[in-house]
Amino acid sequence: MHIPDGYLSPETAAAMYVVAAPFWIRATQQVRGMLNSRTVPLIALFAAFSFVIMMFNVPLPGGTTGHAVGATIAAVVLGPWAALLAVSIALIIQALFFGDGGILALGANIFNMAIVMSFVGFYLYRWLSGTWAVISSRRIFAGAIAGYVAINAAALLTAIELGIQPLFFRDAAGHALYFPYGLEVSIPAMLLGHLTIAGGVEAIVTGLILAWLQRSNPQLLEKFGNVGAVNANTVRWGWLTMFVLLFLTPLGLLAPGTAWGEWGREELQQLGLGFIPAGFDQFADMWSAPLAGYDIPALNNPTVTYIISAVLGVVLIVVIFFGLSWLLTRLPNKSMQSNIRQA
Amino acid sequence: MSITRAIRPMRRSRPAQGFLEKSLAGFTDALEQSLFAEEIARQAGLLQGLDPRVKLLGALALLIAVSFSRNLVVIVAIYLLTLPMAALSRVPLGFYFKRVWVFMPFFTGLIALPALLNIFTPGPALITLLDIAQPRIYLAITLPGVITAAFLLVRVGTSVSITVLLILTTRWTVLLRALRVLHMPQAFVLILGMTYRYIFVLLHTANDMFLARKSRLLGRVSSAEDRSWLTASMGVLLTKSYGLSEDVYLAMQSRGFRGEVLVLDTFAMTRRDWVWLFLFLAGAAMAIWLGRV
Repeated sequence: MHIPDGYLSPETAAAMYVVAAPFWIRATQQVRGMLNSRTVPLIALFAAFSFVIMMFNVPLPGGTTGHAVGATIAAVVLGPWAALLAVSIALIIQALFFGDGGILALGANIFNMAIVMSFVGFYLYRWLSGTWAVISSRRIFAGAIAGYVAINAAALLTAIELGIQPLFFRDAAGHALYFPYGLEVSIPAMLLGHLTIAGGVEAIVTGLILAWLQRSNPQLLEKFGNVGAVNANTVRWGWLTMFVLLFLTPLGLLAPGTAWGEWGREELQQLGLGFIPAGFDQFADMWSAPLAGYDIPALNNPTVTYIISAVLGVVLIVVIFFGLSWLLTRLPNKSMQSNIRQA
Repeated sequence: MSITRAIRPMRRSRPAQGFLEKSLAGFTDALEQSLFAEEIARQAGLLQGLDPRVKLLGALALLIAVSFSRNLVVIVAIYLLTLPMAALSRVPLGFYFKRVWVFMPFFTGLIALPALLNIFTPGPALITLLDIAQPRIYLAITLPGVITAAFLLVRVGTSVSITVLLILTTRWTVLLRALRVLHMPQAFVLILGMTYRYIFVLLHTANDMFLARKSRLLGRVSSAEDRSWLTASMGVLLTKSYGLSEDVYLAMQSRGFRGEVLVLDTFAMTRRDWVWLFLFLAGAAMAIWLGRV
């Protein structure tokens, strides 16, 4: 995910520095207040740790291997502000001393991997683990999900930064000057790799390190991330955000066009494809959704049905999620026991 | 994760299969890479003789010029100008070429490849690859496609070359202190330096753990067991880092550290340094002006 120099226009690169700067300033203040002079070696060691972690090859089920970023686990142990600094420093050293990732693109890389990953990972972890005890095995699950979502958020942002390049930056003759593909290519291309391999690695690494720390050094999980404290507040905020987003769904009606890749037959024709793939008609009617076209016939107002569909969708996801986590806590904790035996 | 492993010396073909071997190879590479850079930086050469602040500002100016240029010829010219600089700085030229133009295509080349085709960049065809009437399939390399791909490849290659030259000709301790010229806070430079040192401590620890594991393994281990060992070793490393930071803090405190940081920068600009700074900045400005259309 390290963007090299040459992929982003100088304007984008500068903008990303500007976006990252306030986080940096705040992080330095926050961390100074938290630990004073102890901070210097702590941040340095964690930056070194995250540099080394990025070099570990993690075996995945199925035989492939991948690398983790480790920002989520760093945020869980250190809190998001200190983790942000540590991961940023690791990225700076990679760019300045090892030539990994661009120097001008550093602002973008720091924003994607250090800032977004630390915050998304940390708050999602805290929200998902709610008031459970620090050594609760449910937290492993929460950490894995947080790591998975965080790296995908970072990948999505990277894809957006890359994908807007051909929109804005072309020479007089119309040639793309930097990254040549638009959002419709960059987003699926980035997410394909991250929803599968990189996301899997991050989930495994975050979840399993968390499990290991719970067994061997649980006080590390309480100390800086404040995650041991009862945080009904975070939970409440999480729900609030979700409800706000839920009620913003009608905005979807204002957006012109259809979501990318969700075209119907007519839209494909409008897109100027020139032909309809032969398989399209054959499979078009194979799957009819229970709320076809998000339009419940009994209710004629499309906006109302749209919102109802959104609510139903969210409820379904929440039910599945809590069902899964309930199931997980019922399962005998086999992996944990075998790990203890090994140790 | 890494896209441009730029400055590693030529890698001998290693029979790397499992994650243990791959990770060990990665650790060795990082160590090798920094030793190689250190070795070249210690030699007497053109860029080694310059004030590190001049080199840092010069490299940044050139990177910005390369980034702004809308003209391929200008970017190529900047690249060609780095060649005599590399040669006069005793950077092995074969290595300098191969590092950038042989290894970069594996990533950036792969990305640039589809842009050649009419699917992504429509335009007049240079070479028609496929032309079938029924069903209609048409695939060609287009002229705008070639230009678009060239922009990406040449720009990335030149940027990487400039960065490599900076890293190879400047010792890391010196480069670190030179960062002060960019008004980086002293505490920050101190943390960067400590991080760099402890990366090697942790790399050694990780290397030992992996070697110990490898030397005790007979036969096959399930992937799940591998993962639980690996994450346990990451956990050990995390705990060690944490403990080490406490030790380092106590050591710093006992030597009188009270939170204030002072980085010594005892650089002195000579006339030659000023001339080179002027050359770098003027060259970059000219490149930006020439490359504006």
